[in-house]
Amino acid sequence: MKYEAVIGLEVHVQIKTESKMFARAGVGYGRDPNTLTDPVVLGLPGTLPVMNKRAIDKIIKAGLMLGCDIAPVCKWDRKNYFYPDSPKNYQISQYDEPICVGGKLEIELPGPSRNVMGEHKLIHLTRIHLEEDVGKLNHFENESLVDFNRAGTPLMEIVSEPDMHSGEEAFAYLTALKQVMIYGGISDCDMEKGQLRCDANISIRPRGSEELGVKVELKNLNSISGVRNGIDYEIQRQINVVERGEEIVQETRRWDADAGAATLMRTKEMAHDYRYFPDPDLMPVRVNKEWLDGIRGGLPELPFEKQRRYCEIYDLPYTVTSVLVPDARLAAFFEEASEKCGQPKAAANWIANDLLRELSAAGIDIDDSKLRPDHVARLVKLVNEGVISNNIAKEVFVEMFKSGDRPEELVERKGLKQSSDTGELTRICGEVIAANPRSVEDYKAGKENAINFLKGQVMKATRGKANPKVVDQVLREEMGKL
Amino acid sequence: MAETLYYRTASDLNRELESKRISSEEIVRAVIDRTRAVDEKVCAFISFDEDDAIAQAKASDARRARGEALGPLDGIPVGIKDIMAVKGQPLTCASRMLGKFVSPYDATSIRKLKDAGAVVWGRLNMDEFAMGSSTENSSVKTTANPWNTECIPGGSSGGSAACVAAGEAPLSLGSDTGGSIRQPAALCGVVGMKPTYGLVSRYGLVAFASSLDQIGPFAHTVEDAALLLQTIAGHDRFDSTSFKTDIPDYRTELQRKRGPWKLGIPREYFGEGLDPEVEKAVRAAIEFYRKEGCEIVDVSLPHSDYAVGVYYIIATAEASSNLARYDGVRYTHRSTDVKDAIDLYFKTRAEGFGPEVKRRVILGTYVLSSGYYDAYYLKAQKVRTLIRGDFLNAYEEVDALITPTTPAPAFRRGEKVDDPLQMYLSDIYTISANLAGIPGISIPCGFSGGGLPIGLQILGQPFKEADLFAIARKFEQAHDHHTRHPAL
Repeated sequence: MKYEAVIGLEVHVQIKTESKMFARAGVGYGRDPNTLTDPVVLGLPGTLPVMNKRAIDKIIKAGLMLGCDIAPVCKWDRKNYFYPDSPKNYQISQYDEPICVGGKLEIELPGPSRNVMGEHKLIHLTRIHLEEDVGKLNHFENESLVDFNRAGTPLMEIVSEPDMHSGEEAFAYLTALKQVMIYGGISDCDMEKGQLRCDANISIRPRGSEELGVKVELKNLNSISGVRNGIDYEIQRQINVVERGEEIVQETRRWDADAGAATLMRTKEMAHDYRYFPDPDLMPVRVNKEWLDGIRGGLPELPFEKQRRYCEIYDLPYTVTSVLVPDARLAAFFEEASEKCGQPKAAANWIANDLLRELSAAGIDIDDSKLRPDHVARLVKLVNEGVISNNIAKEVFVEMFKSGDRPEELVERKGLKQSSDTGELTRICGEVIAANPRSVEDYKAGKENAINFLKGQVMKATRGKANPKVVDQVLREEMGKL
Repeated sequence: MAETLYYRTASDLNRELESKRISSEEIVRAVIDRTRAVDEKVCAFISFDEDDAIAQAKASDARRARGEALGPLDGIPVGIKDIMAVKGQPLTCASRMLGKFVSPYDATSIRKLKDAGAVVWGRLNMDEFAMGSSTENSSVKTTANPWNTECIPGGSSGGSAACVAAGEAPLSLGSDTGGSIRQPAALCGVVGMKPTYGLVSRYGLVAFASSLDQIGPFAHTVEDAALLLQTIAGHDRFDSTSFKTDIPDYRTELQRKRGPWKLGIPREYFGEGLDPEVEKAVRAAIEFYRKEGCEIVDVSLPHSDYAVGVYYIIATAEASSNLARYDGVRYTHRSTDVKDAIDLYFKTRAEGFGPEVKRRVILGTYVLSSGYYDAYYLKAQKVRTLIRGDFLNAYEEVDALITPTTPAPAFRRGEKVDDPLQMYLSDIYTISANLAGIPGISIPCGFSGGGLPIGLQILGQPFKEADLFAIARKFEQAHDHHTRHPAL
């Protein structure tokens, strides 16, 4: 391709808090309109904002996880513009002194196949700042109504450097960002609930050029696939414009996922003058070392670090790690099970295969699973100690998932214990040998495979409870006597 | 002969209440009767709710009968400027924009008054959104100066000053952004006090200029002003700009602090434009302090000339943003027959705001606009720092500063309505205290030949309100200006 796209993303992430950024009213989604409000949220005359310290804690945590510098002092500014979803017609935000500066996010591009790790890249961040979310307009035939439930929700704006070059990279960036946020407990990043929203700044330039082209801001990329499709669409549109010999115009466009196309929102001339100035109602925030150290002490491992550790220390295959790692709860589940049984690979397999299958079949969340890491650890031990066979363990797993009973209890209750009682086994082996003279002959003639058939018969007769090693040993002894 | 009931001081009324010689209901009825008798002339109130006031008085009397009186303000009516939120009461800011708004919550000051048992009394007239110096910018009515009803009472808290001067309440609350308490107090011959920025919570005070606004008391005497400030001062978690500081007992301090003090006379406050009668009264007050043993020092506040200019940049910038919320979408006046949201904004704001508010919103929008911000707003903030520095330097040497409160006594109604610049200059001596965040008090110190009151301004050190009260009271105790009342 002749052209290279240059993409920077502005991602808004709602911070998960109990109350709003500057008010006591609660935060939530899907509630009756205008029930999550109070005089401050509604901007009633005389009300004043008071900062929610928990939201600051979380943005600092996000900043530290993303390698940002945390500003020792940051202040609040008013961004002035009129819009009916804004209770005060200004938004409290951070203009020239954001709380987090710089930083970077590691992303993974798709590999050649699902089982092979893709290329990793670092995307640099410009800044992260904190602001308050606005309300939501609902348009009807003859009127528009405003719901202020969302207004005042703590909102982070994460601005990347123009380090990306395709819809695919933007997609990978959002996926990685989402994982970091979820890992840190900073946000649930549910795009359907508007907890993560994305705008992109896109330009193109001839491949090899260092100069940046005229950028177009693309708004409303409100699903992960929308980000990829919208950006690729805009890149192609810009290429078409240039190929026609026309010039790209600096403008803001709005992506319509249903139509699969973007429409013009406003041109540069229509751009707002936000008249930013320091909010006189709020004091600057001083982040001292003690505060910072407190948060630093509770930082979780980053997703890709975890994945590398799983591969290197636990020797897990990439495919298994790429199932376990994206969901922090699943990873935590795995680590607990692994620690308890000392068999990371076995524990990982049970979780990545059997547990996920059962969860999805039952349609429940891992938090609601009756089967806990302890169950997995105990099951791994039972197999490892030869108490039950792997096949029996599969049955036990399904039972444990349904009932939440301990594997030992199930094995005991259902009489599933592997049999190593040689007296009983000798009898069964004798019967099998007697019933299959041809296999015995083959074995005697040196066909080692023949014993496998006989073993299978013994296992069948014992309904899988026999210890395969013991069966092998008894069969050889018995046949040796013939 | 004892003072007419409606002119008694709050401290005096409290003694009467405590000795059960009088009931709160009697006080409130006397105040209501007085208001009915004179407010047609004075027009201090935008509205008042007699039944509500009497119910509060009866509740206070019942408390006292049970021996559960809440303190020195229990049962005493306090008039409220119509810019402070009282739950269930109108909150209009004298603007058509909020003509029908009823507050669903109490301002922190109001909650503190209620907790102290005070009778929250009426909605007092003011310049629209506190923008003005004569109360002529009220969209509801203009208030008269009780000493001469042809004259303005000052502003923006004109109703708060006039109602105390006219005996319609022994105490009232106002707000001061550039002199809006001290200037009308001076012109109406009562005590008015602007506390240090951050001493009184602004929660529930409708914002004009957030970094300058403070709520403060009006009263007949310094002691009463101290009593009212005592009740409303203190840190509030609903106002991030309120200061965590110990509040002394002002009345105890009044007894304890007797001077002498070292007082500064800023030469910039005695220059061109100062009315000779005002200057004479203020100089006489300075002489009084000298005779009382105070050391009088000539000081300079070199950046004083810039105060009015800086003020009209910072105050209007903040106002342009603070007043953006009045847009016709939610609780304000809403223009009918509009095409779309933009049309709704334009028409609602054109109809809802008066000319002075529009002038300031436009000015404030301009100074914050991209390309002008550095030249105006940012520079004004820098000069503001210099102005504050002037005061802090002076306070290295002196305990307080003595100045006139206003350049002249009350002017005639209508005289300056068409000349905003002349109007702005009536706050020339009061504005700096807001820019510097320091406390200031105005007390009566004389009368003009025409019988109009003259105010003495004392500017104090940050959070040293107790000293300010003590210095003011020194003068008050030796004079009788505060005991005179207008003939109405």
